[in-house]
Amino acid sequence: MRVALFLTCVNDTLYPDTGRAVVKLLTRLGVEVDFPMAQTCCGQAHYNTGYRHEAEPLARHFSDVFGEYEAIVTPSGSCGAMVRELYPRMGERARAEGRGDTLAATLAPVVPKTYELTEFLVDVLGVTEVGAYYPHTVTYHPTCHGLRGLGLGDRPRRLLQAVKGLELRELPGADECCGFGGTFALKNSDVSAAMGADKVRNAESTGAEVLCAADNSCLMHIGGTMTRLRTGMRPVHIAEILASTEAEPAL
Amino acid sequence: MSSREQILGRVRRALADVPRDGAPDGPDGPKKSDGPNRSDGSHGPGQVAGYEEAVAREYLREHGERSAAQTAELLAENLADYRALVHRCTEDELPSLIGRLFADHGTRTVLAPAGLDPAWLSATDVERVEDRAESTAHELDGVDSVVTACAVAIAETGTIVLDGGPDQGRRRITLVPDHHVCVVRVPGQVVSSVPQALERLDPARPLTWISGPSATSDIELDRVEGVHGPRTLEVVLVD
Amino acid sequence: MSGTFVGMPAFPKAAQEAVGNPTLRANLRHATHTIRAKRAAAVAEVSDWAALREAGKQIKDHTLRHLDRYLVQLEESVTAAGGTVHWAADADEANRIVTRLVKETGESEVVKVKSMATQEIGLNEALEAEGIRAYETDLAELIVQLGKDRPSHILVPAIHRNRGEIRDIFAAEMSEWGRPAPEGLTDTPAELAEAARLHLREKFLRARVGVSGANFMVAETGTLVVVESEGNGRMCLTLPETLISVVGIEKIVPTWRDLEVFLQTLPRSSTAERMNPYTSTWTGTTDGDGPRTFHLVLLDNGRTDTLADEVGRQALRCIRCSACLNVCPVYERAGGHAYGSVYPGPIGAILSPQLRGTGSEIDASLPYASSLCGACYEVCPVAIDIPEVLVHLRERVVQGGPVTLEGNRTVLKPAKGHAAERAAMRAARWAFARPGALRAGQRLASRTRRLHPRTLPGPGRAWSGSRDLPPVPAEPFRDWWQRTNGGDAGEGRAK
Repeated sequence: MRVALFLTCVNDTLYPDTGRAVVKLLTRLGVEVDFPMAQTCCGQAHYNTGYRHEAEPLARHFSDVFGEYEAIVTPSGSCGAMVRELYPRMGERARAEGRGDTLAATLAPVVPKTYELTEFLVDVLGVTEVGAYYPHTVTYHPTCHGLRGLGLGDRPRRLLQAVKGLELRELPGADECCGFGGTFALKNSDVSAAMGADKVRNAESTGAEVLCAADNSCLMHIGGTMTRLRTGMRPVHIAEILASTEAEPAL
Repeated sequence: MSSREQILGRVRRALADVPRDGAPDGPDGPKKSDGPNRSDGSHGPGQVAGYEEAVAREYLREHGERSAAQTAELLAENLADYRALVHRCTEDELPSLIGRLFADHGTRTVLAPAGLDPAWLSATDVERVEDRAESTAHELDGVDSVVTACAVAIAETGTIVLDGGPDQGRRRITLVPDHHVCVVRVPGQVVSSVPQALERLDPARPLTWISGPSATSDIELDRVEGVHGPRTLEVVLVD
Repeated sequence: MSGTFVGMPAFPKAAQEAVGNPTLRANLRHATHTIRAKRAAAVAEVSDWAALREAGKQIKDHTLRHLDRYLVQLEESVTAAGGTVHWAADADEANRIVTRLVKETGESEVVKVKSMATQEIGLNEALEAEGIRAYETDLAELIVQLGKDRPSHILVPAIHRNRGEIRDIFAAEMSEWGRPAPEGLTDTPAELAEAARLHLREKFLRARVGVSGANFMVAETGTLVVVESEGNGRMCLTLPETLISVVGIEKIVPTWRDLEVFLQTLPRSSTAERMNPYTSTWTGTTDGDGPRTFHLVLLDNGRTDTLADEVGRQALRCIRCSACLNVCPVYERAGGHAYGSVYPGPIGAILSPQLRGTGSEIDASLPYASSLCGACYEVCPVAIDIPEVLVHLRERVVQGGPVTLEGNRTVLKPAKGHAAERAAMRAARWAFARPGALRAGQRLASRTRRLHPRTLPGPGRAWSGSRDLPPVPAEPFRDWWQRTNGGDAGEGRAK
């Protein structure tokens, strides 16, 4: 099976390790991975900040770049939700504004074949045991757009539970938002920081070494709060845990 | 232009984009319904045509299957869960039970609606106070207890409903006194669910749905029983 | 603290106060977490919750789509049952109508059941200006009124107060308004409730005019419904000779049967009970039982403007249960006052800027008072997609566009104060439409990475005031991919 990796602009720029982990993991599972070099950004930040019209060319670009692939896999719950939930809505809005069906028709092909990584593993590849080894205590934070937008459910936890050496600790208040929220983190920084601090304290209370999530944007906020609060915990993307093996263990 | 015309005009302009479900506003406007939903589930002509089809009612008419005895049991359980005091007895035992409840409560005066079965108070010698049209709220405030029947009781929610019938009296008599004894006939007056209760009730009558004694969650969102309504609610289930 | 919301600062500034107040934070955290868990349990009890939610949504949507018809039908039904219907286009008109009706009774005081609509229009202040005293009788409203405070929650307006604060307010203020608090009042909730009972009973027993709102109005029968817990509602609805109900026009349901949905979903979503202690329904007037005169004031006050917006109109489905407040992480930290409206929390963030427009600082900031986490949508018993409307209103703020204000279609200009953001968004869009430009930027960031500080000065402090920045990697992923042909694993397959 040949899939396109939609890494996302944030991961491409700031978290290349996550991208390398996804490639390593999928390849190990027999998937042929391509990284279309023309990919940029899904337009989520624009859309969610109120610039839907600025997001439209980015969505069209996404569709041009990824339209031909069998499946599109992304290690980001929120960018996955952008394509799956909000691209159709952008098409509807354009129609309501009297701009016809063109946008909806352009975006339609990529919507059903875009998968968040854990969803792709469990639903498409049908695996929960991916041959990973990660000898650390981990607590899992389900990010909002993965949890409530895509409905990832217990898929990430099932994958983590099957990882050799990994001890999973329950995160109190797991389903509460970490406070990132894109531009929310800047526009309402006091509230965002308070939410982040509470999330980090809950994570600390588990005694785990690692807080794991399926979205680096949230991890950037949580991790930045962790170092500021000098907790000694570290944020790790789930792809890096699942890619880790006894031969090549991740940190 | 009157505000009525102004508001209705704004509503119509606001809905310019909305398909009207094939129900044009005729020159006569909507017609008056001939009453609440009937037992066959049909409705009067007041609604927009096709209303029945417009709403998917895939929810349950009741939650779970129960025998009449189990339904009464559930009613008792849920009433008690919200701090109503629940008693069960036979028809024959009812007068003495009511007498005992008054004695236990220290009742000296009791208010009973005019249509209440006089047998219910045959085993007590507490002073019976009549509710007269001119009775003031202050006078009611001096009464210790009130005893009434009910219109229907809902097992799933632990609710009794009063509809102002002759054995229930006007609304204020079950409100101002601090002790309310309500008699429910089992199984005749007990339904399982809210949908079943609404089918039995007449919206033209003033209704009071009571689920336990007065309560508040206003202090730290924690439930506390007992504010303005009767602080003691005793429900007698008569088999 | 002032009793009104006029001149509120923007949300982020207003929220600062709450975020920095440990007592308030603890009160809100305790209360919202308590009710959150209870609601989840109450909802889990009914296996058909999703179907009830969907039916509630559809009933409300249908009603809104035919609101003109149902309003006329309601008016006929209420009139036929002995009530009098008044129409109020805005807050001023509603206040004038109620003031006139009270004056016609010759009374100078009224007892009130908690009502969001009368708070929204500032009825108490309007009555006060005409020499009429309005007594709030809901326990939480009483706490707010005695404390000269503002409500901060839809269901529990005094949620920001803990029992100790409530005790102090009762002890200090009750004597100003009537019967003083008992000597030696403690802070146990039962004693506080008893103090309120005694204080208010004398008012109930002498009241000749009651003012209420309503949770539902049934078009087919003309029935109004008030859902409550304490019995203050029953007092106000039954003891006075005159009852005046002020109700938003969106509170209609078509049929009596429709209540079977909402009387199941509202209590469980609101107080997390199977059923609230008291629900009163009345249809016009009844001989010998309850008020002899009944007036219904139908209130627009921005609702038809909201109805005109095809994305935003779903906010009118709201049944004011407040479940969205109780699960909202932003509400929990910012508190209700920061929302500058009687409608705080997620629903307030979409309702206030629609009812009032986005012209003021606070209203233009409310659509941003959310991380779009979606918890509010998940618990909403009428499935209002609050995040969708928030984003839609953000668009209205930054891009402008068509909007209806006081019944007139107009086109809003983009709001001021977003110029820099708009320029940044355009620049980002430009770069993202050109992979080469994105790559140039990434490379520049990587090459200069040793020069990057972990914290930022100026506006960057919005991030780095509380969070470190992530280190920039030596090369972006795409450079690695190209350099290594997708790494060992992907060798030979890179384009």
